[in-house]
This record gives sequence, C-alpha cells and structure tokens, in this order.
Amino acid sequence: MRRRLPVIIAFGIGFLMLIQYFIPHPRSEEFYNVIVQQWFIIIFAFMYIFALRSFFMHHITKVKRKKEGYIFSAVAMVSVLFMLLSGLITSRGPFFDSLYNYMIAPLQGTMFSLLAFFIASAAFRAFRARNVQATLLLVTATIVMIGRVPIGDYLWRGMPDLVEWIMTVPSMAAMRGIRIGVGLGAVATAMKIMLGIERSYMGGE
Amino acid sequence: MILLLALAFSISAKDTPDDGGGSITVNVYNIPEGTARIELSRLEKGDTLFKEAGLISIFKGECEDVSVIDGVEYLYRGKAIAKDTFYIAEIKGFVTSSPQWFNKSRTTVLIFLILFGSVVLTYIQLAKKNPEGLFIRKLPALDAIDEAVGRSTEMGKPVLFVPGLEAITDAGTLASLTILEKVGKKVAEYGSRVIHPNFDPIVMTTAQETLKTAFAEAGRPDAFNKDDVFYLTYEQFGFAAGVDGIMLRERPGAIFLQGYFYAESLILAETGYSIGAIQIAGTNATTQLPFFVAACDYVLLGEEMFAASAYISREPRLLGSIKGSDLAKVVLLFMIGAGVIFGTIAGIAKQGGNPAYMQIFNKMLEFLARGAK
Repeated sequence: MRRRLPVIIAFGIGFLMLIQYFIPHPRSEEFYNVIVQQWFIIIFAFMYIFALRSFFMHHITKVKRKKEGYIFSAVAMVSVLFMLLSGLITSRGPFFDSLYNYMIAPLQGTMFSLLAFFIASAAFRAFRARNVQATLLLVTATIVMIGRVPIGDYLWRGMPDLVEWIMTVPSMAAMRGIRIGVGLGAVATAMKIMLGIERSYMGGE
Repeated sequence: MILLLALAFSISAKDTPDDGGGSITVNVYNIPEGTARIELSRLEKGDTLFKEAGLISIFKGECEDVSVIDGVEYLYRGKAIAKDTFYIAEIKGFVTSSPQWFNKSRTTVLIFLILFGSVVLTYIQLAKKNPEGLFIRKLPALDAIDEAVGRSTEMGKPVLFVPGLEAITDAGTLASLTILEKVGKKVAEYGSRVIHPNFDPIVMTTAQETLKTAFAEAGRPDAFNKDDVFYLTYEQFGFAAGVDGIMLRERPGAIFLQGYFYAESLILAETGYSIGAIQIAGTNATTQLPFFVAACDYVLLGEEMFAASAYISREPRLLGSIKGSDLAKVVLLFMIGAGVIFGTIAGIAKQGGNPAYMQIFNKMLEFLARGAK
C-alpha cells in the first residue's frame, strides 16, 4: 500500500488535470484555480518549514564544527533572520524594500554580470578548431558575432541578413527538433507516472 | 447631424465559443469610410434603455463583451461615429452567453494525445511480451556516471548533484530524480558522499526520500546523511552563488547538473570546470543546452533525460514507452515533410493561378494550429 497509494493519487490527480485542460466550464476552472492551486500553496507553505529547518540545521552544523567557510554560514543565518524580522516588524515597509532594492538586487545583478566573463571563457574553449564540427562551429559563431555588431554591416551589407538566416533557419530547425523530442518525452513521462510504470521519483521500486 | 441607418454597416453577436461563459463576441461588417470609433451598447431583455458596453476595434472589427451574465438575453447595437455623421446597426435578435463543457479548439491536441497514448501503450504491451526485441542506443552521459562517481571516490572527494531550478511539476526535475537514484546507488556502493543543494523545498524532500531509498537498496542505509540534501535559497542568483561556493569549498570530483536551468547554467558549469570536476549535465531547457555542451564533459540533450530511467533500469515496459515515443517522432517527421512538400506545391500552383491547393493547405494549418491557442 505504501507504494500503491502514491501511484493511485498520481493517476487520479493526473487524469483529472488532463480532463480539466479540455473543459472550459467554470466548474473545471474552479477545480484548477481554487482546489489545485490552493493545495499547492498549502503544501509549499508546509514544505518551507522543512526548508528553513534544513537551512538552519545545515549552517548551524557548519558553524559548530568550524568547517571551512563557516563564517559565510553565520552571515547567511543572520541575514535570513534580519530579513525575516524586518519584514515582520515593519510589515514589509520601506525599510524592508530598501534592504531588497539596495542589497539583494545589486548582489543578484553582480552574480548575473559574471555570466559575460563565463560566456567568453566557455566560448574560447568551445571554438577551438579541433575537428570538422568544431571548425564549423567556430566559423558560424564568428559570422554571428560579427553580424550582430555594426562592424559586420560595415564590412559587408549582406552580413546581418546572413546572421538572421543562420538564426531563423538552421539554428531554429535544430532547436525545434530538440523541442519536439522534449515535448514527446515529457508527455510519455507523464503517462508513465500516471500508469505507475515510472516510480523512480518515489525512490525506485 | 444626420442619422443614417446604413444597410451596409451591420453587426452580429454570438456566444463566445470554447469558453467558460460570461462572454459574447460582437463583430461589425462594412465599417463606413471615415469612421473614427465604433461604440457598442447593449439592451438587457426587460430593460428599456441601451447601456454602454465598450468600443469595437476598427482594425479588428471585433469585440468581446465580458461583462455579461450567463443566461441573460442581450440585444446589441453598434454606432460608427464619423466626422460629421454616424451610422447605427443592430443585431437581429437577442443573444445569450453560456459556458461550454468541451473546448473544441483543443480537438487536435486531444486527437494527438489519444493517438500518441495508444502507440505508447501498445509498445509497452509488446515490450512485456517480447522483452528481447528492444534496443536502446548508447547514451555516453549515463554510461559515464560510474566513471565519474568512481573517480570522485578515488580522489576522496564528494559528488555534487544540482537538480535545477524548477518545481517537482516539471518533467525535467522528475527525470533528474531518476538519475539521482542511480547516482545515489553508486555513491552508496563506493562509500562516497553526495551533496544535494536545493532551490525548491518540495524537490528537497523528494530528493531526500529518493536518496534514502537508493542508499537502502545499495545495502548502505546507515551511510545516508539527510543533512547532505539541504535547502539553499529560492533566489535564482543567490542559488548560483551558493552552489558556486559549495564547489569552491568542497571541491567535488563529479558534478551532476540535471534538471531545468535558466541563466545560471553557465555560471555553475564554468565554476565546475574551473575546479577540474567531471561534469555530467542534462536539461530539457533548450536555451541552456549550448552552454552545457560548451562547458561540460557529457550532456543529456533534452529527450535523452526522459530516456534515462529506461536506459538505467532496462525495464521492458519503460523501453517500450521509448520505442512508442520514437514511432510518434517518425510519424511527426513524415507529417512535417509532407506538409513542407504540399505547402511548396500549393505555393507554386497559386503563383500559376490555381489557389485551390493553397486554400486546402491554409485550412489544414488552421485546423492544426487551433490547439496552440
């Protein structure tokens, strides 16, 4: 029963959600919006308690054992508590907004900006002409990079059009091929889960 | 001001099809030249005065009145206002809205689902009867799991598994848990350690359960440390920073980036590369695939992730479902090819003065694209 019950729930909810997609009636929409979304929010809220417990347990252990980088763990815990208290005390007022806008947002922006450098280093490795495929990639990437900046148009008027063709024809064709495969794979996975054939998400057989 | 009841300017209204009710679609035809705007008003049955119901777009000639009540009858009137004059048109009878029980615009999706489901189920049944006749091509990324975990163990380093940034509802996340099970078993067999930081709390609890079972099945339930599967943050770049920090401090020998990723994919993969770990990535996010291909040693491309459970377990029913999906792909390939050829012929015929084929082609496209709305 321990194994069968989750499969029965997965089949029942999965089947109802499948039917719901084809029924525009308000009862069906109500089922989706009220029951399913509210259930999800309730489950998520409870899971967040587990998440916070996990977060604090993980970092408290690191601080206690003075593991490498334990100071970051202490900072992380203090930050979480500080944000939590400032939100509760000020009812998410201007102070809380300032903390978000002037601390979290710039920190996230900083992390995101690293992407530019990582793209450069990854591209440098990927574009080394080791074989025919890599050389093809190098040539195509060079054309696309030059065609995307004004100098491409300056060097040859047809460059932006060539880049557009590369992006909308061969590149898009490959992308759509992968997307079709992903779509079919996702549908087949959903069917396998509903029928109880795929159970590895429950920890295997 | 002159009031003209122009015959040419007309209006029609009908219950909006395939909706949940509470909506009537109004169309206007033959909009007089010089019309600046078209005002819509409606009369509820039993009332004596028309009330304003919005404006009809001159360009679309269509408007959806979503302020109606199901079952109540309405009479619509359109007033096209030009510079010096206006034109009025009324619908012939009362119209009412009602909710539908089947969305006809999704018929193509339903047909496809039934056909695809039948094919997959048939192959699952066939696979059960004849498990020997199933072949699955090699997936180097999955074959490399043993090598990656083994190398990591030899070096005395842990294994890092990142399940992506999507919820448990995403098929890619579910597929990543399948791979986690296999990784967990290997880690338990080799007596190594797996670190599993999480973005989503539900994925975290599921991953804890998956790893716990994997360790138990490998005969090492005592080796499972629940605190190695922990929660990090629900902020995208906060998560990326946290995982990068773990990579730099713990120096894992093998890194698995499996699941749905966004812009942080390359930040993670490049940091993993910089510490010299074997990296096995897999994602159903097509926009992130090139980054993983550039920075990782092995990559599961899109659908290969969904084949992981069948590939790992070799279970006939799972292999059968893959064969069913492949057949559906072949059929789709032929349909796309036939569509391209027919569309090209229709285009040539239209240029030669015969638009009939193009009309058929457009009708087919319209039918197939309805489900995409």
